[in-house]
Amino acid sequence: MELLKLLGILIVVIGFVLKLDSILIIMIAAIVTALVAGMDPVTFLETLGSSFVANRSMCVFVMVMVVTGTLERNGLKQAAANVMKKFKNASAGVVVAIYGVFRLIFAAFNVSFGGVAGFVRPIVLPMATAAAKKNGKKISEKYEENLKGMASGMENIAWFFGQVLFVGTSGMILVQSTLAGLGYNVELVDLMKVQIPVAIIAVAVAIVYYYLKDKQLSRKETK
Amino acid sequence: MNPIQFYTSVDVTLSEKLLEVMYCIIGLISMYVAFKNLKDKENKNSVGSFVFWFDLGLMFVLGKWLPALADGILLIILVLPPIFKKVSPGNEPEPTLEEMEQNNKNIGAKVFVPAVCIGLFALLAAFFTKISPLVGMSVGVFVAMIILRIYSKSNTPSVFLKDCRRMMDVVGPLSMLPMLLAALGAVFTAAGVGDVISSLVSNIIPAGNVTIGIIVYAIGMAVFTMIMGNAFAAITVMTVGIGAPFVLKYGADPVVIGSLALTCGYCGTLCTPMAANFNMVPVAILEMKDKNGVIKKQVLVAVIMLVVQIVMMIMMS
Repeated sequence: MELLKLLGILIVVIGFVLKLDSILIIMIAAIVTALVAGMDPVTFLETLGSSFVANRSMCVFVMVMVVTGTLERNGLKQAAANVMKKFKNASAGVVVAIYGVFRLIFAAFNVSFGGVAGFVRPIVLPMATAAAKKNGKKISEKYEENLKGMASGMENIAWFFGQVLFVGTSGMILVQSTLAGLGYNVELVDLMKVQIPVAIIAVAVAIVYYYLKDKQLSRKETK
Repeated sequence: MNPIQFYTSVDVTLSEKLLEVMYCIIGLISMYVAFKNLKDKENKNSVGSFVFWFDLGLMFVLGKWLPALADGILLIILVLPPIFKKVSPGNEPEPTLEEMEQNNKNIGAKVFVPAVCIGLFALLAAFFTKISPLVGMSVGVFVAMIILRIYSKSNTPSVFLKDCRRMMDVVGPLSMLPMLLAALGAVFTAAGVGDVISSLVSNIIPAGNVTIGIIVYAIGMAVFTMIMGNAFAAITVMTVGIGAPFVLKYGADPVVIGSLALTCGYCGTLCTPMAANFNMVPVAILEMKDKNGVIKKQVLVAVIMLVVQIVMMIMMS
């Protein structure tokens, strides 16, 4: 019954969909796969152990954390907010666009400013809303909702595609080790180079889309 | 090879030696977090947290020198406290807003210099030396610490350690997810799961047609990520099952294919409520009316990027 070997994958899929404890799902999937394939316990433990040791590079985030907390303590978020505030005369769409470029550049250096709770809500969104309300205009609830969606969307898009430009991001290390397990050896820096045009296109597409959307909304949804 | 032979051997590259030193430092930091939590009276799971972080530290410091079986047993011990919900953050206080604003008055935009140091040194190592960019990154961390120390006398080594412990407590055991998924991938490979998938898929994808292989692999990454809410989980399974046998085997460039497969997965992340941290939590934080308000603003970009990346994969390999 070769098909039974796929049980592990099924467990991972169902487990993640049902939002069960991720670590538990992974361990159960590993154990079930080993049992179905008739792997003996020693080989199983050896496989897990050597894989973990071989992939210790995925934990380099610990090194980075030696400074991230202290950077925050030394006013990193406030400094980033000051940069954003230089653009207070821009329209809402442009505010979101500037944030996208800013976040992309810093994501490439693995620097984040506090996410939606720490940066979008207190800084980006108020700036965008204020820009939309400029000259005493009133904006509809729909417009405001859209601005929230666009600010969060830019936050995610610039981060996802920017983070892979950081040589040492855990996603690319996982790609490197997955490929190594299959016999293909690749360098982290080469994986990163492929992503440079992708990141630029992604943020550019988001900027154009949100800029046009904002223009359309500011015509229809303001009084 | 024992540690002394390793560090004195001429066959081991300097990069490998330095990486091992870096893992040792990471292990010691993890042990520091362990002891801090053990002594933390306000941590309700002080013992569980200690076991988790100490065991992780052991695997980093000694992992390379222990037999694989011992590492496997340590890994099982590692996952038990989080599975039984016995790991929790300690009470390391966050910096106050006043402190951050005061520091910002004194330091200002200069704080960006140490912030970009980490990534900058990774790049410098990658382009100008034969040393791993991860070692370069670690050097960048030390440079950043020195710069921060020059900016302010109050940035003492103990402040860095305490802040680091606070951050590690916040990310907690879930930060081990990529490594555990890689271990699962290793078990899948050893059990021959990839062969089963590829024999199934070979009924659908004509073998040898790389273009169709690429399209299925890329869309598969996005769809699998949408279902599971996690691109890391998807890439292990999809690469073993489809990427390797239907795309890479026919000579496609593993650098282009591997790199873009992950970001095809990210396109899936942008479209799924399963990725709650990115798509649902912001809805709550920003008090939005429409539950899917964030996803709706991301779908178009995700679809365009998926197409762009498929075209890149086909053209560049």
